[in-house]
Amino acid sequence: MSTVLGFLRRWSLFLGLVVLWELATRLANDPFFPPPTTILQKIGELWFSGPVSRLFLTDDVYVDILPSLGRVLGGWSIAVVLGVGLGTALGRSRTGMDYVGPLFAFMRAIPPPTLIPVFLVLLSIGTTMKLTTIVFGSVWPILLNTVDGVRSVNATQRDTARSFRTPQRYWITLVVLPAALPKIFAGLRLSLSIALILMVVSEMVGVTDGIGFELIFSQQRFDFPAMWSWIVLLGALGYGLNALLLAVERRMLGWQQTSGATTAKTSGA
Amino acid sequence: MSTMLNVTGLSHRYGSGENAHVAVNDLTFVVETGELACIVGPSGCGKSTLLRCISGLIEPTGGEVTLHGDRVTGVPEDLAVVFQDYSRSLFPWLTVRQNVEFPLRWKRNLSRAERRERAEEALSWVNLPGVGGKYPWQLSGGMQQRVSIARALARRPALLLMDEPFASVDAQTRFELEDLLRSVQVAHGSTILLVTHDIDESVYLGDRVLVLSKSPARIVADLPVDLPPERDQITTRESKNFVSLRGEVARLLHGGGDAPEQAPTGEPADTTEPSTLA
Ligand SMILES: Nc1ncnc2c1ncn2[C@@H]1O[C@H](COP(=O)(O)OP(=O)(O)OP(=O)(O)O)[C@@H](O)[C@H]1O
Ligand SMILES: [Mg+2]
Repeated sequence: MSTVLGFLRRWSLFLGLVVLWELATRLANDPFFPPPTTILQKIGELWFSGPVSRLFLTDDVYVDILPSLGRVLGGWSIAVVLGVGLGTALGRSRTGMDYVGPLFAFMRAIPPPTLIPVFLVLLSIGTTMKLTTIVFGSVWPILLNTVDGVRSVNATQRDTARSFRTPQRYWITLVVLPAALPKIFAGLRLSLSIALILMVVSEMVGVTDGIGFELIFSQQRFDFPAMWSWIVLLGALGYGLNALLLAVERRMLGWQQTSGATTAKTSGA
Repeated sequence: MSTMLNVTGLSHRYGSGENAHVAVNDLTFVVETGELACIVGPSGCGKSTLLRCISGLIEPTGGEVTLHGDRVTGVPEDLAVVFQDYSRSLFPWLTVRQNVEFPLRWKRNLSRAERRERAEEALSWVNLPGVGGKYPWQLSGGMQQRVSIARALARRPALLLMDEPFASVDAQTRFELEDLLRSVQVAHGSTILLVTHDIDESVYLGDRVLVLSKSPARIVADLPVDLPPERDQITTRESKNFVSLRGEVARLLHGGGDAPEQAPTGEPADTTEPSTLA
């Protein structure tokens, strides 16, 4: 019962706005703003009208959505490995950040979409260019938050571990990384949303496939219900991926005394 | 009895040049195997520095430390330290059991089951059975300190160093922990070197009390404690021997022994903790 109430509390405003939107668009009758029911119908047509053998999914799902998802997750995963690995090394080194800090601050300040033309020339249109854009844009929050987190190990914990002659491997996996984890997760959430944006933007350049491409293509065809369908899909993807990450975070940070404290403070990195 | 710890001419100076600060000056003493020795000294005199030198966490600038004959250079294998700040010393992301198992992870020839058994055993020594699955923050301060003692004991160290282990728990808990420590020490014949600024605690717990002067720490006296091994918070503290011994330690601490060269630099700690030095 309380879960139903909680669900209603969280979604009633959203649903109310959709209903309002429906009424407004029906009254206005503007082709650029199709009513949500039309968009929903289009969504069913676009992606869920496939044959049974393919789980009712259409070609669009296999040709556009899955490759796009692959790019986001692939690019983001590379960024996670790079960011956490490099961040751990830099956080542990006394002087490392002194050398690369200004460089990173500069690189991070460049809005990543502006680098697409550069990567286009360097790597030409293709998966490599898209992945590079995603990795380059989303690695910074992870990297800088990891450095911060690794440095949050306190002196008593360090002395305790040293007094037990803790080998390097255990020191990193049982002390340094767990201590850094709350910060790392704040970085992960930020970088995931950046990765999603960059996926779409990089797919809007040149004729290929993917969600970004279909979005632009439907707009150029004046197929506005389709355009809105792709936008709705992006919103749903962003929401779903973030919810998934939050679930993982809740599991891994379950030891924290005040759960929710870290989810509230999305560090400014 | 054999000698466990041998400290000769130990000195430690922080920094160099103008900012140099001598924290420990020319300390010499031994701790026999199976003994519970207490070191008592005023706040800020260099007690922690001394323990850090003995445990190999820092390298002393002078003198040497040997642990059953071997010179201490890095942190020795069979030594464990209990820090004053238990809340920072336990790892909050590990459960109580995982915390106690922590130093056993890389012990060779110890299976998972044996490791777990040892952790449970150590927890039962400190009267904490059945809390293994909890996180440290779910326990009271006294219980957390018991966990950190259990973690040190689980390693079965030849020498256990304790840095003001009961300074940040309330008086009642402190009495319980003191009795617990003595009973564990008697039961296992452990060798313990405990540092404190509390005169009563040093006399109540110790087989021997080493009195340190104000900074830089020097040894002012080395007193055997002439009390029965079985101690009781009420009767022992009332006994004639206890009262006269604590009076003697207090006089030594106040007079600073024969150290007239020390200008009274206004130890702020003396005023914050009047009861312990009164
Ligand atoms: N890392 C350090 N660098 C410079 N000086 C230090 C350092 N650690 C301690 N000191 C100084 O050395 C002196 C002794 O410090 P220490 O912590 O050993 O005293 P203590 O007797 O343990 O004090 P307390 O009773 O407060 O725990 C103090 O004056 C302190 O300021
Ligand atoms: Mg100290």
